[in-house]
Amino acid sequence: MFKAFLIKYAEIGLKGNNRYIFENALRDRIKEALNRLGDYEVSKEQGRIFVECPESYDYDETISALQKVFGISSICPVAVIESSEWEALTKGVGDYVEAMYPDRSFTFKVEAKRADKNYYLTSPEICIEMGAYLLKRFPEMKVDVHEPSVRVTVEIRTKCYVYSIIIPGLGGMPVGCNGKAMLLLSGGIDSPVAGYMISKRGVSMTATYFHAPPYTSDRAKQKVVDLAEKISKYTGTMKLFVVNFTDIQLYIYDQCPHEELTIIMRRYMMRIAEKLAEQEGCLGLVTGESIGQVASQTMQSLAATNEVCTMPVYRPLIAFDKKDIVEIAKDIDTFETSIQPFEDCCTIFVAKHPVTKPSIKVINRSEKKLEEKIEEMIETALNTVEVITVG
Amino acid sequence: MEVYLDNSATTMVTEGVRDKVIKALYEDYGNPSSMHRLGVKAEQYIKEASQIIAGCLKVEPKEILYTSGGTEANNLALIGTAFANKRRGNHIITTRIEHPSVHQPLVYLEENGFEISFIPVDSTGKIMKDKLFDMIKENTLMVSIMYVNNEIGAVQDIAELGAELKQRKKDIIFHVDAVQAFGKYKIYPKKENIDLLSFSGHKIHGPKGVGALYVSEKVKINPTMFGGGHQRGLRSGTENVPGIAGIGQAVAEIYTNFDEKISRMYDLKQKFLQEISKLEGVTLNGIPMECTEAFELEHLKKTAPHIMNVCFSGVRSEVLLHALEDKGIYVSSGSACSSHHPTPSVTLTAIGLPKELMDSTIRFSMSEMTTMEEIDYTLEQIKPLLPMLRRYTRK
Repeated sequence: MFKAFLIKYAEIGLKGNNRYIFENALRDRIKEALNRLGDYEVSKEQGRIFVECPESYDYDETISALQKVFGISSICPVAVIESSEWEALTKGVGDYVEAMYPDRSFTFKVEAKRADKNYYLTSPEICIEMGAYLLKRFPEMKVDVHEPSVRVTVEIRTKCYVYSIIIPGLGGMPVGCNGKAMLLLSGGIDSPVAGYMISKRGVSMTATYFHAPPYTSDRAKQKVVDLAEKISKYTGTMKLFVVNFTDIQLYIYDQCPHEELTIIMRRYMMRIAEKLAEQEGCLGLVTGESIGQVASQTMQSLAATNEVCTMPVYRPLIAFDKKDIVEIAKDIDTFETSIQPFEDCCTIFVAKHPVTKPSIKVINRSEKKLEEKIEEMIETALNTVEVITVG
Repeated sequence: MEVYLDNSATTMVTEGVRDKVIKALYEDYGNPSSMHRLGVKAEQYIKEASQIIAGCLKVEPKEILYTSGGTEANNLALIGTAFANKRRGNHIITTRIEHPSVHQPLVYLEENGFEISFIPVDSTGKIMKDKLFDMIKENTLMVSIMYVNNEIGAVQDIAELGAELKQRKKDIIFHVDAVQAFGKYKIYPKKENIDLLSFSGHKIHGPKGVGALYVSEKVKINPTMFGGGHQRGLRSGTENVPGIAGIGQAVAEIYTNFDEKISRMYDLKQKFLQEISKLEGVTLNGIPMECTEAFELEHLKKTAPHIMNVCFSGVRSEVLLHALEDKGIYVSSGSACSSHHPTPSVTLTAIGLPKELMDSTIRFSMSEMTTMEEIDYTLEQIKPLLPMLRRYTRK
């Protein structure tokens, strides 16, 4: 029955003169999402986007693809009535109601919009006349203009469209209209969620993963690639940088106090990620940190980690409880992958009692012991980085 | 250099097997149940394979049943026989070191009214025979013992056990899981009083997804897979012709120049153990007490020719595994089948391995294709890795 979808967006609608940039981005993201499924026509039309489906398409698959595009507030599956001639229009709308609702003992209201201002009825007139027609054809239906259980919307353009179902979209803003960021992606639960959340504000994502062979396995790396793949369902194509971190990690192990290992390691991860971010033209770093979750995420530890970056670090989960993060991870289908039990490079040498309140002064002093080789090692890590494109 | 020392997990197929499988898959693709010529041709592959396998085991071709692998063969052997003979008794005896594909069906049987007894093993993985014989009761229906242990390569004296069991209770059904032994030992079920013998294709350079169960014609067995009545109603489902052709070919090849291949593997094992045991903090599992530092062949031959299980104290096996992988050497930590689970290994627990060594155990497993150069290369690579890996640990 549905040959097309009407896509509504909320926040973009509030933009000013640069609104077209957001609209174009949304149109393009929708096109990309649907191109994988088939030959859909996507066009911009007066404050909404209109998707026309190919001759044969899968309804559920299409909805689920659209529900992964940031920037959509709602999706309305519409029936197309070829002629706007009144008799054809009323019959078309009546047939739609008949097919959609086998049990018609409900209250309803007709809403009308006409893009074709030369149409011989005004919008209120269409509502009244169409309501009368429906009441006559289906006497079991009742009108309620205040709180109807079904809103039948009729839009008159060159063709006519009717819809009554509104499926919620993700909201947010279309990816690509707000610059690019570098996500520090581990194999855990939090970082994929953090990437998803920042991307939801229209930010393109790039990611960095720190690999420590032989202490972390190819399966651990594959897990991160799988996670990136899952996030890319929302963010679109994404570059994943795999940094070999083993030598740096062992060097820190050799030179610095063991209980500071994790915090110093994380500082170097931030430094390397920032370098890659600069290369890629990113405007910020994104991490999955949340205050107090583990020793390396206390306020003191965060301050110590934060100190090494000049680029802004976005931490969308900063005030989230674990269970709330898990909930989002489940929604975006990264949870099951995240909990696969492979070791990541943060846990392999973790001290029994790591510092929880590192002093930046002390950490800086410890890092002095790395001066001899660290710059060269970072250089090597950057030069040997592996790039994987997902999505 | 690439050295594959994980042959107890799976093996590479030979060219002969590959060609046979492709031919059955692509040229003679008929359904063996079809009446027409293509069906007859496909059936021919199965007959040929059964002839080869039956010939090796000195049994009748009709006593060979094909399955999807070792796991299904073990399931069918245990569950199919237990239910078919439950009027005769409901007591089953097995060991503490069986593969999960024997252990889990027995757990299932236990939940369904059977009584299971477990024979303990000594520190080298040998079962305590007296305990086994003491366990035999009026209602003992079946005894299931693995021939070669998949983790440490301990070998049970199957022929001796078979004879003794039948002497004590004539109608006891004797099942042997020979997945790791088939192709490494000449096994003659009739002579050794084995009633059910399971084995798998991919452990002997055959394809994955095919295995077989020898079922003595004297044993009553029920199917566990129901359908179109293939394989005399005991295992329904269109026969996996390419797989069966492949396992037939693999069996024919593995038992060619057999003695020579096996003795060569023992030489490699001897060299490997002599060298590796010289390294600091190395201990071996599954090696007979009588063995000295020379690893005399007469003692070594009481263990399987292809499996070496080594503890490297202070080294995490997973890390060593990946470090070796980096050098092109493929091994497994504990048993590959259980590597994905954090639970400790069944066999290593049963032989009483200290907890701190559980996570430091590597299994090296060879095939007839393994060479002395590969063993030398492996030893050479391990030596410098150990001090390096011991230096960086969790504190």
